[in-house]
Amino acid sequence: MEILSSLAQGFAVALAPANLLWCFVGVLLGTVIGIMPGLGPPATIAMLLPLTFQMTPAAAMIMLAGIYYGAKYGGSTTSILLNVPGESASVVTCLDGYQMARKGRAGAALGIAAIASFVAGTVGVLGLMLVAPPLARFALAFSSPEYFGLMTLGLALVVLLAGRSVIKALLAALVGLWIASMGTDLFSATSRFTFGQMELLAGIDFIVVAIGVFAIGEVLANIALREGTQLLPVPKGLRNLLPTWQDLKDCRFAFLNGSVVGFLVGVLPGGGSTIASFLSYGLEKAVSRRRGQFGTGVIEGVAAPEGANNSETGGALVPLLTLGIPGSGTTAILLAALVLWGFKPGPLFIPENPTLFWGLVASMYLGNAMLLVLNLPLVPAFAQVLRLPVYVLYPLIFGVSMVGVYSVSGSPFDLALLAAFGLLGYLMRKLDYPTAPLILALALGAGLERALRQSLMMSGGNLAILVERPIAAVMLSLALVVLLIPLVGRLNAWRLRALEPDGG
Amino acid sequence: MGETTNRAADFWSGLALAALGTYIVLEARQWEYLGPEGPGAGFFPLWYGIAMVALSLALVASSALRKPGGGGIDWRNAGRSAAAWLAFAASVAACKLVGFAVSFALLTFFIVAVLYRRPLAVAATVAVAVAAGFQVVFAMALGVSLPSGVLGF
Repeated sequence: MEILSSLAQGFAVALAPANLLWCFVGVLLGTVIGIMPGLGPPATIAMLLPLTFQMTPAAAMIMLAGIYYGAKYGGSTTSILLNVPGESASVVTCLDGYQMARKGRAGAALGIAAIASFVAGTVGVLGLMLVAPPLARFALAFSSPEYFGLMTLGLALVVLLAGRSVIKALLAALVGLWIASMGTDLFSATSRFTFGQMELLAGIDFIVVAIGVFAIGEVLANIALREGTQLLPVPKGLRNLLPTWQDLKDCRFAFLNGSVVGFLVGVLPGGGSTIASFLSYGLEKAVSRRRGQFGTGVIEGVAAPEGANNSETGGALVPLLTLGIPGSGTTAILLAALVLWGFKPGPLFIPENPTLFWGLVASMYLGNAMLLVLNLPLVPAFAQVLRLPVYVLYPLIFGVSMVGVYSVSGSPFDLALLAAFGLLGYLMRKLDYPTAPLILALALGAGLERALRQSLMMSGGNLAILVERPIAAVMLSLALVVLLIPLVGRLNAWRLRALEPDGG
Repeated sequence: MGETTNRAADFWSGLALAALGTYIVLEARQWEYLGPEGPGAGFFPLWYGIAMVALSLALVASSALRKPGGGGIDWRNAGRSAAAWLAFAASVAACKLVGFAVSFALLTFFIVAVLYRRPLAVAATVAVAVAAGFQVVFAMALGVSLPSGVLGF
């Protein structure tokens, strides 16, 4: 009953004309970004974040979340029509989606992707609504040692699933911790790693690093490639986009599978929508009566991963909002956004900001419905985005990045840092270092150090406090187990299969 | 992800990170490690610096022991990225002097005309259009301040 009245309060917020408009703008932008290969939600949210400072926090959060889950809808269009994933979560959709399109069933593939996304996306929001408040109440008992354990576990999971080499992922995370340490130490007022620059005394703004590594780095990596892909014909007319009754019957389990797997993976830090879509595809293939045909254009092979990557969004917001622990690059940027607007994501976030939380939840129900309506009849129009020349797109990304960074601080020094972090992002991609651990460590670095130092202050410098308290001990033990997984041959083989693009 | 792991790249990047880790450790040793009120400013950096040195040396060792393999560097593609980055960095540096609009138009012109080899007229049109579009949308409509140069915009 309490949930229903809170949700009604949330709908009152989400249905306010301005918030409804920003929700629409968010899901529309998200769809367009999802369609464009080479421009993902983290880059876009990072670029647009500074521009949201003039909006109310509720409107800004509704719009940024709309970009986040809207991109998951858009990503499938490029996978199906171009055999190029619009974003990483749609990689696995290429396997059966593109094959369906080659056989003249692009309409059914696009239609089922939109329907599965809607069903699972809605289930994901339902999960967020039901799981987040009790988890937040449970987390009220957490103190510094528990937070240190939780953040360490989150980082360990991200490191485990970020790339093939755990050593490189750990190194990326350590570089993130180093960048987070720059500036004045808040405990002792000591300036650390400032290289004698006044501008570094306040530390490096998270936005500068996120835009540099994600947006500029991504453009620099993509600019090296020349376009050579062929867009398959886009079906026109709603009738050609609707799957048949038989298609829907075939996808019954895929809808359920995508919804549940996606949400559960989303709740775990480090899982992310790419892993969710692969796991869901693998499960669908394992239980299907026609598993031998997967990869040749089976409709469940589109529905399961597309559902999972949308349900994951609701799951990923659970640890972010209730514990203040992001599980991916995108949620790390959303965490930074909340902090910049003056909120403190954690156990008290929902009780202290019920309007914002329930408004966001309600807007996600509305946004998913908007996306279904937008994506079914308007797919042909959205597909035209793919015809935008990259020599126009890339300068636009450079420009928005520069404007975004400059609007935060008004400092030319930050623009120079943007160029430096852009180069870092490019080198990381080329040298096969994952970027997510760096961004996550940067977002969590200050909190991690604070939690550790406060724990040691509580215990008079005795590290045993981290293992004497049961919750902290369990989390740190789990983190250790997670980091030892690559050393166990069979478990590492499973990990690598989960990371392979064709590992379903 | 998806890039072919290159032995030389792992080796040299590992060495670079080992150097960074050493620098972090040396810096952290100058700050208080443990004081009467608990851990000092050097406590956390010292430990992640040590971890960075250890892990990067492990990466160097594993790359040295690995058989040569993986794809080499595609210098032509790397050259395009390097040119784009240099142009971007130059544009950032030029912002202070000529302002955002002009430096951004020059960056766009370079990308269209040089990197994508489109006709000069096309490049000039795109450059002027996007720079003017940014000025209208961000500076005029949204009231966002953009770097201005000697020309006042």
